[in-house]
Amino acid sequence: MAEAHAAAPHAADPRLQHHFADLAAQKEASTLGMWAFLVTEVLFFGGMFAAYVVYRALFTRAFEGASNLLDIRLGAFNTAVLILSSLTMAIAVRAASQGRKNLIILFLVLTIVLGSTFLGVKVEEYRQKFEHHEVPGPHFVVPEGLPRQAEIFFSLYFCMTGLHALHMIIGVGLLTWLIVKARKGAFTGSYNSPVEMVGLYWHFVDIIWIFLFPLLYLLGRHAP
Amino acid sequence: MSAKGHAHPTLKVYFAVFAALMIFTALTVWAAFEHLGIWNTPVALAIAVTKATLVVLFFMHLRYSPRLTAVVLSSSLVWLVILFVITLSDYLSRPWLPIYNR
Repeated sequence: MAEAHAAAPHAADPRLQHHFADLAAQKEASTLGMWAFLVTEVLFFGGMFAAYVVYRALFTRAFEGASNLLDIRLGAFNTAVLILSSLTMAIAVRAASQGRKNLIILFLVLTIVLGSTFLGVKVEEYRQKFEHHEVPGPHFVVPEGLPRQAEIFFSLYFCMTGLHALHMIIGVGLLTWLIVKARKGAFTGSYNSPVEMVGLYWHFVDIIWIFLFPLLYLLGRHAP
Repeated sequence: MSAKGHAHPTLKVYFAVFAALMIFTALTVWAAFEHLGIWNTPVALAIAVTKATLVVLFFMHLRYSPRLTAVVLSSSLVWLVILFVITLSDYLSRPWLPIYNR
């Protein structure tokens, strides 16, 4: 107890870490850190996209044929659902910056509902793939009229959408945590970084899907 | 730097961005069924990049953030380009070698 609290804001606000001058500086550091994390995520997914480009260049016909076996309606529906969830997330972040507790909770719940809808549709798509023996492995059956490298397409399909779905599941977990905190009135106009950071993460996951959808579902659709 | 904290876009902006994202989604599905020759993939990617840019600028507030955020984001693209260029310069040049099909 030798040192007295020199700076008033530290004593006043327990949410402010001692190494920051004020909440605004703390938020700026959080934001930068989150973007740095997202950069590593871009490269994490980037490795898979690179694998995709290499194999698609090598086995173009197999990729186009296998892509046609994906359900374009479910894919497009999920794209719309995810974009809508990004909108509700953006509104939740906005509500948090205004410290409007009920509005934050409402839009976080809506985001979870939309995220879960996406995951539900994904489960149905995976189920259909298992049913049709289009899952790589011992039970894979090469689809009629396609080169056997169609299996490589489906390997990449499951790896990429699976990793994306894992990110969604983590996102839903984070949203649940935010709702618990928001109910306790944790977020105010001056302190709302957690909502903002999860928002950045959620939008990033949306962006990954924005690339996955055309690259996986829309190949060779115009082919005769 | 930004003592006042960054500004948020208005709800109107959010709804406009959402509408644009939906229109681009419909556009990319429509374009996939058109015969564009070698241009099908570039068109699909151009639309995806446009959509991603809208999300980053408005939903992720890049337009309202300090310059440093844009620098950090750009670094991801720089490394992504390195990843792709080096990987593809290997794989795509292999068929050029005379021993390739032996």
